[in-house]
Formats: sequence, C-alpha cells, structure tokens
Amino acid sequence: MSVKTLTINGKTVTGLAGTSLFNTAWEAGIRIPRLCHIGGLSDIGACRLCLVEIEGRPRLHPACMTEVEEGMVVRTESERLHAHRKLIVELLFAEGNHVCAVCVSNGHCELQDLATSLGIDHVRVAYQHPRRPVDASHARFTLDLNRCVFCRRCMRVCDEVEGAHTLDVAGRGAELRLIADLGQSWGTAESCTSCGKCVQVCPTGALFAKGSAVGEMTKNRAFLQYIVTAREKHEWIRK
Amino acid sequence: MTPEDLNERAAAERARQQGFRERLHCCTAAGCLSCGAEELKRDLTAQVEARALSQQVEVQGTGCLGLCSRGPLVRRASDGAVFHELTPSEAGLLLQPGDAAAEAALAAKRLDTAHPFFAHQQRIVLENAGRVDPERLESYLAADGYSALARAVSELSRQEVLAELRASGLRGRGGAGYPTGVKWELVAKQPGTTKYIVCNADEGDPGAFMDRSVLEGDPHRVLEGMAIAGYAVGANQGYLYVRGEYALAIQRLQGAIRQAEREGLLGPRVLDSAFRFRVDIRIGAGAFVCGEETALIASIEGGRGEPRPRPPYPPEKGLWGQPTLINNVETFANIAPIIRHGGAWFAAIGTERSKGTKVFAVAGKTAHTGLVEVPMGTPLRTIVYEMAGGIADGGRVKAIQTGGPSGGCIPERLLDLPVDYESLVGAGSMMGSGGLIVMDEASCMVDVARYFMEFCRDESCGKCVPCRAGTVQMHQLLERFCAGQAGEHDLALLKELGTLLREASLCGLGQTAPNPVLSVLRYFPEELDQRLHHDAEAAAAAAATEPA
Amino acid sequence: MSEAPSREAPGREAPMATVWLGGCSGCHMSFMDLDERLLALAERVELGASPLSDFKDFPPADITLVEGAVANEDNLEVLRRVRARSKVLIAFGDCAVTGNVTAMRNLFAVEDVLDRAYRQSATVIAGLPLGGDGVVPRLLPRVRPIHEVVQVDHFLQGCPPDADRIFDLVLALLEGRTPEIARRFG
Repeated sequence: MSVKTLTINGKTVTGLAGTSLFNTAWEAGIRIPRLCHIGGLSDIGACRLCLVEIEGRPRLHPACMTEVEEGMVVRTESERLHAHRKLIVELLFAEGNHVCAVCVSNGHCELQDLATSLGIDHVRVAYQHPRRPVDASHARFTLDLNRCVFCRRCMRVCDEVEGAHTLDVAGRGAELRLIADLGQSWGTAESCTSCGKCVQVCPTGALFAKGSAVGEMTKNRAFLQYIVTAREKHEWIRK
Repeated sequence: MTPEDLNERAAAERARQQGFRERLHCCTAAGCLSCGAEELKRDLTAQVEARALSQQVEVQGTGCLGLCSRGPLVRRASDGAVFHELTPSEAGLLLQPGDAAAEAALAAKRLDTAHPFFAHQQRIVLENAGRVDPERLESYLAADGYSALARAVSELSRQEVLAELRASGLRGRGGAGYPTGVKWELVAKQPGTTKYIVCNADEGDPGAFMDRSVLEGDPHRVLEGMAIAGYAVGANQGYLYVRGEYALAIQRLQGAIRQAEREGLLGPRVLDSAFRFRVDIRIGAGAFVCGEETALIASIEGGRGEPRPRPPYPPEKGLWGQPTLINNVETFANIAPIIRHGGAWFAAIGTERSKGTKVFAVAGKTAHTGLVEVPMGTPLRTIVYEMAGGIADGGRVKAIQTGGPSGGCIPERLLDLPVDYESLVGAGSMMGSGGLIVMDEASCMVDVARYFMEFCRDESCGKCVPCRAGTVQMHQLLERFCAGQAGEHDLALLKELGTLLREASLCGLGQTAPNPVLSVLRYFPEELDQRLHHDAEAAAAAAATEPA
Repeated sequence: MSEAPSREAPGREAPMATVWLGGCSGCHMSFMDLDERLLALAERVELGASPLSDFKDFPPADITLVEGAVANEDNLEVLRRVRARSKVLIAFGDCAVTGNVTAMRNLFAVEDVLDRAYRQSATVIAGLPLGGDGVVPRLLPRVRPIHEVVQVDHFLQGCPPDADRIFDLVLALLEGRTPEIARRFG
C-alpha cells in the first residue's frame, strides 16, 4: 500500500493511502476535536467538530472522512475553526437538556470536556428545553434522550459490531429521536442482546447502566479496539 | 420497434391528426385540473359526439399551457388560439367554426398570444406543452418523439453522443449548474459494467413547479433523455425519483413507461438495438432533503433519506456504490432536442457561459403567473415587467426571490441582471431550479427570510449539528426581529450562525439555508435595523415575561 | 462578619456584593468555604449587599456576584436593578450561567409545576400561594440564565464553583488583572 506525505499544522506526517486525516493526525499526536467519530466504527461526518482547512480547497472538510493525499497542506486549528467548534458545542448544549450537575456522567463526559477544552464559559444561543422522554424499560440500561447529542455511535456499534441493529433514529430535524426496534420501548425490543456496547461508546450520560448515581457512570471503550483488532487482524490482544 | 417502424408510426399519427378539421387541446396539468379541466374535457368530448363531429374534431388532453392563473385553458390547434377560463357552454362555441356570433362571444375569452408572456418565450423544454397528449405515446411520436434516441442507438457512438452534449454547453438545471457533458463523461469513464441513471424529480422549492409540469405534460421526453444518457454512459438501469405529492406525474410516468416498454422503446432491446435500458419509479415520502443527491441515493437504496459527505461524488460512487449519473428533470428534457438538432444549435442560444433556455415558475404579486421558458441571458426585468406584467394593481416591485430556500432576494434595482448562473450567484442568489417569486412594497423582507428559515428548519434531516440545531436558533432570532425584540447581540449571533451553517453544514440544505438571511443583510439591512430594539435589556426583560 | 464594616475603613478598596436569585444558595455556601481567606478578602474589599446583610435598596457595587437563575418577576426586577448599580457583574455558578437545575422546570408548564408543588404534594394546606397581595412573586414562563436578561462581564461555572476559583476571580478583579478562570460546567 502506498504511503502519502502531507503537512498537518506545519508538521510533515505520513499516512497510508486510504487512511483518514483524523487517524493520521492522531498517530502524529495531533488531536482534533470530535464527537461522532470513534475508532473502530464507520464514520458519518455528522458532528462537524473535526472540520479542518485544506490549502487550495475553499470548503472545510471533516477529517474523519477525508483521505490523506500526497502533498496535502492541512490546518486543524485556526480562528475560524475554533469559532465554529465553539458554536457547535454551544448549539448542542442548547438543544438538549444537559444539566451537568445532576448527570451520571458528570466528570466523564465528552460533551462537558469539549466545552472545557474549547473555553466555553456560557452558551450564547437560546436554551430550547425540549421535552424528551427517558426510556428506563430495559432491565440493565437507561436511555435518557435529554442528554443525547445524536452522534449515533450507539446505532453504529449495535449494527456494525454487535450485529443487532436494535437502535436507530426516527423523525427529523429538531424532532430527531433515538428509537429501539420499531419505535417501541427498549425493554420490549427483542433484537437487543443486552450487550451494553451502546452504553460504553455513548459520549454523554444519555446511555448508562442502571444504578449509577451522579458522576458514577464511567465508560470503558477498550473493548471496541479489542474486537476490531481481532476482527481485522485475527489477533486477540488486550492493550 | 425498429427506427424505421418509429418513422412509420410517427408519419401515420401525423396523417391521422391532419385528417381532423379541428383539434382542441385541453390543458390537463395539475393547475387546470384543479379548476375543472377534466370536466371541461369530458363535456367537450360529449358535445363533439352529440353533434356527430367525432370524425372532424379531436379533443385531447395536453400539458401545461403556461398561464396557470387563468385555467382551464384550451388551445385551438388550427390557429393556435388559446382560450381561458372556459365554461362548457363557451367551449361548445369552439365547435362552430365560421360562426361569427360564436367567434365574437369567444373573443373575450381569447388570450392575447402576442402578449410578451407568450411572445418572449423560446420553448425547448416545453416545446410539446399544449401540443402533445401526455397519455398517448403516438402523440409524442408525431412530435419527433424518440427520434433522438433512435438516432443515438442506431447512428451515433457513445463518444459522439457525449461530444454533442459537451458541444451544447448544457449545464445542470437543478440549480448548481454543473456542466452536464462533463458529468456524463465522468460517469462514462468509470470502469465497471454496472452504472445507474437517476432522474431527480424531487422538486421541492416552495413555489416551483417546472419539473412537475414537464413530467405531467411530456413524460416520454424525460424517459427519452434518460435512455440517451444510459446509452452514452453505459448504464442499463434508470430510476426516476419522484416526490409522492406528484400523484398525477407518477401516474402519467407509469403509463409512459408501460407504453415505451410495450413498444420496445425501453427494455431489453431498445429500438431493436443491443442497448438494454429499464426505468423504474421510486416515490419520495415528502422530505425536501431527498432532492440532495446523496440523500436521494440513500432513499432509493431503501435507507433513511439523509445525505453523506462528498467526495466521493455519485459519478464515482453512487447508487449501491456504483457510478451513477444524476440529473434533474429539466436537464433530461433538454437532451432529445440537443441530439435531434445538434450541440451547436443549442450552444447558439443563451449567453457565453449559460446555454439554452430556462423554465421559470413565476409566482407572487404579478399580474400574470405561470410557467415561462426564456433564453438564458433574458433580463429579469423583462420577465417581471413585460412578461408577468409587473405588480397586479399597479404597485411597485420591491424584490424577487429566486432559488427558493437556497437562494436569495434580488432588489428591484438589480433587475437588469440577465438570467444566467454566474450573474444570479454574484447577486447573492442562485438560479435554483427555477422558482421566481415577485414581491411588492408591502412585503417584509425579514418575514420572507423568516419564512424560508422555518422551511429549512422543518426540512433539516437532523444528521449534522449546524443545520439541525442552527436553523432552530436562526429561526427564533428572526422571529425576535419580526416581533421587534431583537438587540444588537442578536444581530451578531444571527450573522455568526449564518457563517457556521454555510461553512460547516454537511449538505447543501444547511450550507445554503442562511442565503435568504444573508441577502436581506446585503440588500435590505435597513429592514433588519428598523426591527432592532435599541434598548436590548428592556427588550430582553420584556421577552422574559412573555410565554415562550 | 458580625459587624458591617464601614465604607471608610482603611485598606478597603471597593464595595463588593452578592445576590441570590433562583438557586439553592450552594454557591453562597461555597463562598463561605473561602474560610480564612474571607479575612484576607475583607482586608481588601467591603462586602455591601448580600443575602447575609440587611439592606433595603441595593447599594452601588464595584463587583457583584449573582447566584441563581432568573425564575420569577422579583428575580427579574432585582437583577436589572443590580446590573444598573454594578460595575462588574459575575454570573456566579451554573444556575446563573446556564439555568441548571432551576431551569429543569422549563420542561413543564408553570401551572403544572405549581400544581405539583402546592396541590398534589401539599402536606398541610393545598392551594397556590398566589394571593393578590404580591408577597409571593409570580413565576416567569421560563427560567433563564442571567445573560439572557442583562449584560454579564464574567462567568464562573460550577455547581457550585469551588472556593479556590471564587477567590482567584475576585482577587484578579481587585488587582486589575484579566482573570483566568478554569472552565467546566457542573
């Protein structure tokens, strides 16, 4: 496989053809903010946080879905990108009901961490306070849509890794919602294997194990790389 | 059917038509149907039979005659006269040729076809509208139908078809104006034997009905264009993606496909050649975003109608991962004439960079509304004032809106702009699919922007954050402006959100959603300013006590 | 703090105030967690109005910490008056910054919230405390963070913000430095 040489933030890096900018940057120690991307699952380019500037191209490109090319000159940080990322995270806080103080994921939440790393001290857009349901019908897990950011990691892990495809989305725009099977309560969704992978990949406290109190829900993502490595390389290695 | 059979069938039909003393074409497009065209046609047919005129007078349905606001319309083929708002008894007068009293009675119902609304038109896409019966294949054949496809499959190589397209300078009529020839070549060059042709008939801009009119009035023309495309790029399967609301268009397309398959114009041996081409209809479920090509592909595949980031573009990886050519209805409708008359003929019409004609659906406050097809380069002023007759009650034009929710407003003073892709984009709007809404002095531009933002908010699929959450916020801010409660910081936020949506949204819907707002900021900043509350804190406090 | 310090006391640079709107008073508790640093602060600044002191009308202040969200008509009126009389106004804690727990009632209609609190859950006398006397302020249709109503100069996040960050912020302002505040919701 051919190797491409490119520049990211002034640093010369190499990546195998077909590799995404996100992964190439990651291997070079360059961290790009992200929410929908998670290593091991397919990418959908939905959160728009990993947008980067590529010289000679007028548009911004999602690093997770842009393949490396020879001679590319990429910037992952700029005033414009920072402003966009900030506003995107503010929009996420405003569209749901994210009450960090009383959340099971307080302190272990990717949305909260993004706000911190982007220097967000308040949300300028109007809080929507939508009325969203909490589905606690499953024996072991709870889905609290108030905290959902629609990154769809749960959908993808359920479909691509567990092979169940219990979870999906319905509705559109601001009416978007996560559903189990045919829009029924999760506890009655027969395709669900109760594996809990969705809970582990969820970036916020939208999916959590029952019995977690405020700040108690920590997530374990190591399983994903373990399974993906095993599947791709037939090596059963825990790092 | 062989190409020779085709010629014979066409000649026979023309002879049949000439056997009639008179032929009356009743517009049976959706506009006229909604004001009783079907009843009128039935009644007229009954009158013909009652007077034993069936051998002398033919009554047939036909596609849109253009002036939808005055339906039901009937065209008299012998002299091309068009009559408007006819009652059955008035229509009966058409059966009394040479009767001076009848002619005098009809005079008041006769449209002035020398009026610029008709006279300034140049019809290529709509050439058969008012002439061809959309439900009869023979009628299309008599108008040279399928002769371009016959010529392509029997006389031209794939490269020659592509060369004609390139020479024509045709650009995509869906709005963005990508050169059609280049797109076809991209697909043709892709390796592999499985390729697809997709016709985007998910016309969804508010106020736009050009494509519906073509589909309802001349369905075979679209099928012929798709088949020629299939031949040129090496595809054997086409999909027509039609929005579910277009029930009549779907019905006529289904009929047209059946007829074409039965006669060997589509199917395993197109016109007795080795070219195989099949067309299937896929019906959209009412999502505007499915007009975006990647969302449309997802929808045809049976998935949720959501876009995905490009690249890869559909010519490379489209339907089921295969090379796919997507064009819209009007683009496909231009193909047969280009092959019939040659690319050079087409390139002679229009401007340097925009060739051919464009169909506009003129709506709003003008005296005349309806469909017009004009050569590219026609000044907007000609369309608005001469053809559409300006504002109905003598009022003043304030602005026009083109491009629907993705476009923008163009103020009256810029109406000398010619209709072409670059000029409209330069003015902060876009060609779009051809909706053209005329607004008078009474229209509030902020409210117009608010309306289109509401539309985008409701139509956002919800996949990417800027569009899903940003349109909600922008709409609320515009509502605050309309209510006189917005402050300076609201204006700043509105601009910042507009930039985010434009630069960071996943697909065209979100990227262009701020356009109507940006054009108000550009041309009518005073209207936003007038609605700005200069005591922001008092406004905020007032807003806090009001129900949300 | 038993005696209200006088304005003329030497070494005291600026009057400081704290305000308690729609919140649980946890942020003020955290302020009390300054412990011995309260004394250091008292050297530098006079505490004017606060929930701890008795005042009839909010006196002008250089620095005002506002705890809580804008939940009722009284909050709204107080906040606007406080803003007009404060040089630097700080959204103090998550309720002031985001609406936080106070704003969770925004998911429901005001009538339903009152009904649940004063009728369904009543233990002694069931009935809404909404006499015509104006003693109990009317709830606003929606709880709002304070920056949606007035201009805010600094945001101090946290539920509650810890004492260290409160101290750092106030000290920086007193010393005329641009404060660098560690940020995190919750």
